[in-house]
Amino acid sequence: MTATGIGAAVPRKEDKRFITGAGHYTDDMNRPGQAYAYFVRSPYAHAWVKGIDARSALAVDGVLSVLTGENLAADSIGGLPAGWAITSKDGSPMVTPPHPCLAQGKVRYVGDPVAVVIAETQKAARDGGDALSVDYEILDAVTETGQAQTASVRVHDEAPRNTAFEWEIGDKAATDAAFAAAKHVTTIDIVNNRLVPNAIEPRAALGEFDPGTDSFTLYTTSQNPHVARLVMSAFLNIAPEHKLRVIAPDVGGGFGSKIYVYPEETVCVWASRKVGRPVKWTAERSESFLSDAHGRDHITHAELALDERGKFLGFRVKTVANLGGYASLFATGVPTYLYATLLSGQYDIPAIHAEVDAVYTNTTPVDAYRGAGRPEATFVIERIVEVAAREMGVDPATLRKRNFVKKFPHQTPVIMLYDAGDYGASLAKAMELIDYKGFAKRRRKSAKNGKLRGIGFSTYIEACGIAPSQAVGSLGAGVGLWESAEVRVNPTGNVEVLTGSHSHGQGHETTFAQLVSDRLGIPIDQVEIVHGDTDKVQFGMGTYGSRSGAVGMSAIDRALDKVIDKAKKVASHLMEADPGDIEFKEGSFTVAGTDKSMAWAEVSLNAYTAHGISTAELEPGLKEGAFYDPTNFTFPAGCHICEVEIDEDTGVTEIVDYVAVDDFGTVINPMIVEGQVHGGVAQGVGQALIENAVYDESGQLVSGSYMDYGMPRADDLPSFRLGFTMTECPSNPLGIKGCGEAGAIAAPAAVINAITDALGHEDISMPATPQKVWQAVRSHRFAEAAE
Amino acid sequence: MPTVAMTVNAKSVSGEVETRTLLVEFVRDQLRLTGTHVGCDTSQCGACVVHVDGRAVKSCTMLAVQCDGASVTTIEGLAANGELHPMQAAFREHHGLQCGFCTPGMIMSAVDIVNRLGVPSEETIREELEGNICRCTGYHNIVKAIGAGARVMNGGT
Ligand code: FES
Ligand code: FES
Repeated sequence: MTATGIGAAVPRKEDKRFITGAGHYTDDMNRPGQAYAYFVRSPYAHAWVKGIDARSALAVDGVLSVLTGENLAADSIGGLPAGWAITSKDGSPMVTPPHPCLAQGKVRYVGDPVAVVIAETQKAARDGGDALSVDYEILDAVTETGQAQTASVRVHDEAPRNTAFEWEIGDKAATDAAFAAAKHVTTIDIVNNRLVPNAIEPRAALGEFDPGTDSFTLYTTSQNPHVARLVMSAFLNIAPEHKLRVIAPDVGGGFGSKIYVYPEETVCVWASRKVGRPVKWTAERSESFLSDAHGRDHITHAELALDERGKFLGFRVKTVANLGGYASLFATGVPTYLYATLLSGQYDIPAIHAEVDAVYTNTTPVDAYRGAGRPEATFVIERIVEVAAREMGVDPATLRKRNFVKKFPHQTPVIMLYDAGDYGASLAKAMELIDYKGFAKRRRKSAKNGKLRGIGFSTYIEACGIAPSQAVGSLGAGVGLWESAEVRVNPTGNVEVLTGSHSHGQGHETTFAQLVSDRLGIPIDQVEIVHGDTDKVQFGMGTYGSRSGAVGMSAIDRALDKVIDKAKKVASHLMEADPGDIEFKEGSFTVAGTDKSMAWAEVSLNAYTAHGISTAELEPGLKEGAFYDPTNFTFPAGCHICEVEIDEDTGVTEIVDYVAVDDFGTVINPMIVEGQVHGGVAQGVGQALIENAVYDESGQLVSGSYMDYGMPRADDLPSFRLGFTMTECPSNPLGIKGCGEAGAIAAPAAVINAITDALGHEDISMPATPQKVWQAVRSHRFAEAAE
Repeated sequence: MPTVAMTVNAKSVSGEVETRTLLVEFVRDQLRLTGTHVGCDTSQCGACVVHVDGRAVKSCTMLAVQCDGASVTTIEGLAANGELHPMQAAFREHHGLQCGFCTPGMIMSAVDIVNRLGVPSEETIREELEGNICRCTGYHNIVKAIGAGARVMNGGT
């Protein structure tokens, strides 16, 4: 390992600009003559828009224009697509009604954009928005996931019972047979609470039209600018792809919420042509709460069949997933192929049958949020396994070990082919780290201090680097899921890498450069990573689903193979040797068995001067690209154990210890990987303890600000203790599995399993706030006293 | 419109503002110092923290006119003569940032915490960060970085 190569904890290259205030986020961008957009949003969850009177808004000083859904329709600007086609179990296609960027006829959630006011200043735009008069006919609303299918309210006329699809996976008959043979059946009913992603940088967009070339530029807070451009071209009819440049500069966190194409950036691009000025919009946080796609929101009934020894025989799951008011870009893929395919967990379960109904409600659309489906799956399986262990009187670690998948590859009954792993190893390491043996003693000590202590496991698995493209295509995905890379070697030997991945906190500028440094033997400051601009990078799929290491870096690795190959040929011309005799190591080319050698920069310079190469045989230059499509998903897995102490008097849960042992395959930069685990676990703990998006009956988002929504603060969280195990991933050349989502996937089950262990009963839902925990302590005490 | 004059990062600046203009808007939009960020509209997130007359202030909660005559330091003014402030260096060294959006406010708050409290304990650091939200790091490395920065600011290594 070199000081800046694979495996080294190199400080990040990108930090310099961020710690000095020199980053360039979308809202930091300004264009000459720019105007400002303010979106007027529905204050009602469900209503007919009877009329919009723009006169008083247009009378406000500085207001340039008021645009509505009618203007969009007149310009043939399309609606936002649902990008993953799901087929119901009766064979019918999913129901995804139109989703216009500005309301046409009806509004379907509080925050649904109705009109945009464009003005000289941000304040004038806002004043204009306040003055706009919109006439609504208010309708009853349905917000609860569990009530959507029986409510008299119809969110979309096209969707009876407010149902988008009723989907299933697995073998029903085999599962029924497994239950018939079971000695024990464990049943749980759980809610996976709705979350607001809350990237700290609010979404923003700046659109500009160049009438001389008929082309648009959009700066936007996107995790995948090429996909945004594709959607805007192919579905929204904003501009042809070659006339639209999308730039996602520094982006302040995404967690999924910046994957999708939203109404606001679409409208800014379109409006820039209409008003003949660049148009800028930056969300206020209250708008982010209402308009960023939310996450999770499932209710689930699950049953696990076991034999007398606790061996799992079958697993049956019924989930209702809330899509919100419209089907967002990847929303339909999340509760299906990203969720139910992971229900086998780390276990060998012979039969699984899962049914998922997706429903519309009068709430903000729900889409992928850190983990996307996999946290929901992990919560179901890890809760039911823990409950089963308690019911059968078996140690939860023992029950898990008894059922772990031990032979690889392993085909689950729900599509996935697990390629490599050692689940026993991460469990053992985590138990050792947390001193599981000493827990009973610690519990007694807590009891002496009047505290309830509990310990909870979560042995999670996830599927990352969603692939290969053919496979996901056959499952309904609207895009391929490969990644691209281009390696440009400059004459002086430094290197630019253009990648289709996008960094918004993950540190790609460092880790990707480490790979290049490792392979070419040049220092990392000689490597520049270029991303986030459709004019520079030809195409790319962006960053989500922990795919950038496994897929994005593999593409770079492939391109580097080609570059090294070409450079060897150049060297062979220069040193008059056979290309097969050229060896390349640590930045220098040697002719095997001789002392002839050339440095990297000499070869790169000669590739461009081309004086010493016969160009009839070999082209000058040194630049190669690759499109990499993996052979399989990757399967990061591990074991998180949480230990809590509950104050019976206040209901406050303190996380007294949290251990995470993860197997991410090859780790490029352990410092960055640990940071990803910290952040993921914090979001998972947030979900378990305090975060919750709450709607009242009329459809108002009650938790719509940082005063009302439980954003984890520093004093809500402990320090975490991390460990790693490693099995190499066989499905990509670097052996990487991915690390971005593990924490958010594993943590909720570990925390709730610890709390229920402390309480001595299963009766608590997320978030386990002090009030709920206090009640849970009391209610059971009274119940016991009454017995 | 009133005119305000103040010292920002050791430079005298002045400008016309509306009375409702916030300090953060003046700094970002008029002075084009975009290192100070806006992450919320309820004064909770702390992405906007700057120093006004040596004390940490959420620049979204102060009007520009209130700062007339004041001395303001933003993240851009923290490094002296091209040398990173020890707290900036500590954030880099301990990976106290990911997306970087909360970072300017975090660092400005951290410097203020250390100015007031010397070398605080982990628990104190966590309590003191109540007004700064980070969604990326889980705070683990921020807390570590502030502890390390505090030691250096107080003459340690
Ligand atoms: S922007 Fe000032 S506290 Fe959030
Ligand atoms: S580093 Fe992204 S919000 Fe703190």
